[in-house]
Amino acid sequence: MRKLIEGSMAVAELVKLCRPNVVAAYPITPQTHIVENLSQFVADGDLKAEFLNVESEFGAASVVLGASATGARSFSTTTSQGLLLMGEVLYNIAGLRLPVVITCANRTISAPINIWNDHSDAMTVRDAGWIMLFAEDNQEAADMHPQAYKIGEDPNICLPVLINMDGFILTHAFEPVDIPEQKEIDDFLPPYRPAQYLTVKDPRTFGLLAEPQWYMETRYKLFETHEDVKPVIDKTADDFRVKFGRYYGGLIDTYRLDDAERVFVAMGSLIGTLKDVVDTLRAKGEKAGILKIRSFRPFPKEKIREVCGDIKEMIVVEKAFSFGFGGVLQEEMRAAFYRQKHQPIISGFVLGLGGRDIPPSTLINVYNRSKGKEISNAFVDLRPGVAPDPKSAQPIKGR
Amino acid sequence: MSKPIQISVAPGTSKVNKTGSWRTMRPIFKHDACNDCRICVLVCPDACITGSDNVYNANLDYCKGCGICSHECPVNDIDMAPEVK
Repeated sequence: MRKLIEGSMAVAELVKLCRPNVVAAYPITPQTHIVENLSQFVADGDLKAEFLNVESEFGAASVVLGASATGARSFSTTTSQGLLLMGEVLYNIAGLRLPVVITCANRTISAPINIWNDHSDAMTVRDAGWIMLFAEDNQEAADMHPQAYKIGEDPNICLPVLINMDGFILTHAFEPVDIPEQKEIDDFLPPYRPAQYLTVKDPRTFGLLAEPQWYMETRYKLFETHEDVKPVIDKTADDFRVKFGRYYGGLIDTYRLDDAERVFVAMGSLIGTLKDVVDTLRAKGEKAGILKIRSFRPFPKEKIREVCGDIKEMIVVEKAFSFGFGGVLQEEMRAAFYRQKHQPIISGFVLGLGGRDIPPSTLINVYNRSKGKEISNAFVDLRPGVAPDPKSAQPIKGR
Repeated sequence: MSKPIQISVAPGTSKVNKTGSWRTMRPIFKHDACNDCRICVLVCPDACITGSDNVYNANLDYCKGCGICSHECPVNDIDMAPEVK
């Protein structure tokens, strides 16, 4: 049924339809409405799950870890400082190969304190071993939940999934969202039946000591599974399209890419703005397109090379930065084309940090400015006087 | 595609993993002055000291040589010696 609802409510509705057995979360802006709605569902008897009030995000992550090890489908949600506080447990969940799903309402990180959107939080856990998906709009964010459980619970995968949706921009936006029937989700997502789980009837050990003779093998398997999961993410998106008629891409998605010469690369809700920008540019005769990175981990470099085979220039626009190095997505895109026969010019722009607005005019400026040249690590729309020449987005020395 | 993933193992891995090789010091139970107080049994972090009737010994498959038993023994009946071959 199509409803005009808040993004957080849409996510809560879809989480409910996934029939989680255990939900544990600690409220933090801008994730609060997701957990508030879920606790209401449980209180009203609409969702038959254990809802645990915990003392912190560390507790929330620990609860869903333990619950998942007992074979329970488990859900949590957080953002920003909360995700950092979960950090140690996130590595454990991935190392234990537990298919937990956590939704991150992306928000920047202190200091200075700021509750608004960027991708700094998610980037801090990119090496934890989790699958990381980024949603473009509320429908996609909601629909990612059944897909995430299906991907993670695949007996060949056994990986947790971090669903990223931009804080406020999506979580607090009201959009029409199609909420499927319970029966449709049940058909798509069977109950979680792990081969091994904690039970007194058949005691097992999870997370045992792995001495130097064994630890490296567990890490290798994690690497191998991240390769194996790539086709699973694509297939799950295809299966979802067949069942529900909605598709947002698998590992990646593209927009007006077929004859494109210059392509924006981005993640999350920025894609929506970019679609308007590309339409404007196309109307002026520019051959512009969009490459949407839907799966950041695993990073789909083969797929990117496949669809961007003869693109001349790429303009990475991103809401995160690795200090002392450069734009995260910018450098990953460059790495994807390292020593390839075809090497596009890849420029990288950092924008929207801490919730700064990204109007279409900014993106058109970025598009025009990078034409024919490689610009790196350019912080866009800085206040006057902060950088030597903010208008020309002074490249940072060294690259 | 790799095989389905084993995410757990049978219990009892503390016994399987013989951690005694981490040891650089070895406890020597002298069996001279033991008063059967069993403090060594209680304080051993590896729970690897067993015995009765004034005769106690550490299971060297697991003893990591921390020396707490030797330090706590009220009658100084446990010495620590370097683990050398």
